[in-house]
Amino acid sequence: MVKELLIILISSSLVNNVVLSQFLGLCPFLGVSKKTNTAAGMGVAVIFVITLASAVAGVIYQFVLKTLGITYLQTIVFILVIAALVQFVEMFLKKFMPSLYQALGVYLPLITTNCAVLGIALTNVQKKYGILTGVVNGFATAVGFTISIVILAGIREKMEYNDIPESFKGMPIVLVTAGLMAIAFCGFSGLL
Amino acid sequence: MANNGGSSYKSNSATERLYNGLVKENPTFVLMLGMCPTLAVTTSAVNGLGMGLTTMVVLALSNMIISLLRNIIPDKVRIPAFIVVIASFVTMVELLLEGFLPALYDALGLYIPLIVVNCIILGRAESYASKNPVIPSLFDGIGMGLGFSFALTCIGAVRELVGAGEIFGLHIMPDGYVPCAIFIMAPGAFFVLAGLTALQNKIRIQGEKKGKDMSKIQSGCSEDCMNCGEKGCSHRFYGASDGNGGETGKSSGRQGQAGKDGKGRG
Repeated sequence: MVKELLIILISSSLVNNVVLSQFLGLCPFLGVSKKTNTAAGMGVAVIFVITLASAVAGVIYQFVLKTLGITYLQTIVFILVIAALVQFVEMFLKKFMPSLYQALGVYLPLITTNCAVLGIALTNVQKKYGILTGVVNGFATAVGFTISIVILAGIREKMEYNDIPESFKGMPIVLVTAGLMAIAFCGFSGLL
Repeated sequence: MANNGGSSYKSNSATERLYNGLVKENPTFVLMLGMCPTLAVTTSAVNGLGMGLTTMVVLALSNMIISLLRNIIPDKVRIPAFIVVIASFVTMVELLLEGFLPALYDALGLYIPLIVVNCIILGRAESYASKNPVIPSLFDGIGMGLGFSFALTCIGAVRELVGAGEIFGLHIMPDGYVPCAIFIMAPGAFFVLAGLTALQNKIRIQGEKKGKDMSKIQSGCSEDCMNCGEKGCSHRFYGASDGNGGETGKSSGRQGQAGKDGKGRG
């Protein structure tokens, strides 16, 4: 059991990195990676939301959709649940944990239904993960996202002062960087 | 909902809508939206075409239904309502693909249900279908969908040609050509898109030098796909730039501030 969870942890965070090999959550990856600290904030918010969302989606799938035999409604149910959940988390943090809200609040609405959040909920179902396994998978995936967005932000900070050809300024050079990072992350495939 | 949004449209004819989607506002080449599926499924021309057509079907049907319901859906819950409509069509299309085109279903996998969060669909619902009559909305969906399919097929063809030496499974490159396999793997997607955005930048810079309005041409979308409606991407679509995103964003009860925050950092 522990071994299985460890394997999921490594494979979801490094080997099958959510952004660099599955292209989920690309919008915040490219958009919120200008500075390392905002990138880290985004990463933490994503870890929080994805872990929570995969737990809730897992529970709903196992106890509601499966029991009622309406698993074909999963896409609709998941997206509504996730949207409502993020909304709820935001209100909860605002009311009861103002300091945490200060740190994460800005990012929460941005990831309401980021493709990655829905993607993980669906992957957990596709791979027939149980609730615990699903939560570990969600957490690992989000950690993978955080790792890659922080690295990208670090590179982008250094790149600020580089002499880049006019037409490669902005998005193109970021994409080239992401491509090189994806090559580097291919190296992890030997881990398992 | 958005007051005078419709008055700025010169023409709503079917051909104009198709031209708009395919060329003028091509969602991939001009607006650079819906990047997640664009990168993920374009490992071959067939997959790109399949994904594009699947998205087109969902886009056309959801545009049609949303346009039919545009006077019934209350403004405050319109985004969730749009999502339910879109998600229903995605589920139907997914089941149909699973039943009739299992090969494509396997190739696209997770990215079929993820059509729900494709910016283009919600963006069109918000910026066009919710303000316009049914027939133009339907053709708008078809036009945008064709534009998306065209773009995905082109990107897929380039990646397949470089990465495997074939297009649509036909061997094209001379025998001595050693395929550069990285192009059909994940890094290749980033490199192809980088080339595309660089080209786009170049065209924009040249256009601006000649004094043309190139504000539509932008690379990427820094927002979460689901914020498309509110100051996210949809304001970049035709006719939706009249600044109503702010108020309507608040009224939907969530994510009102998201767009602004995103902009601040972006």
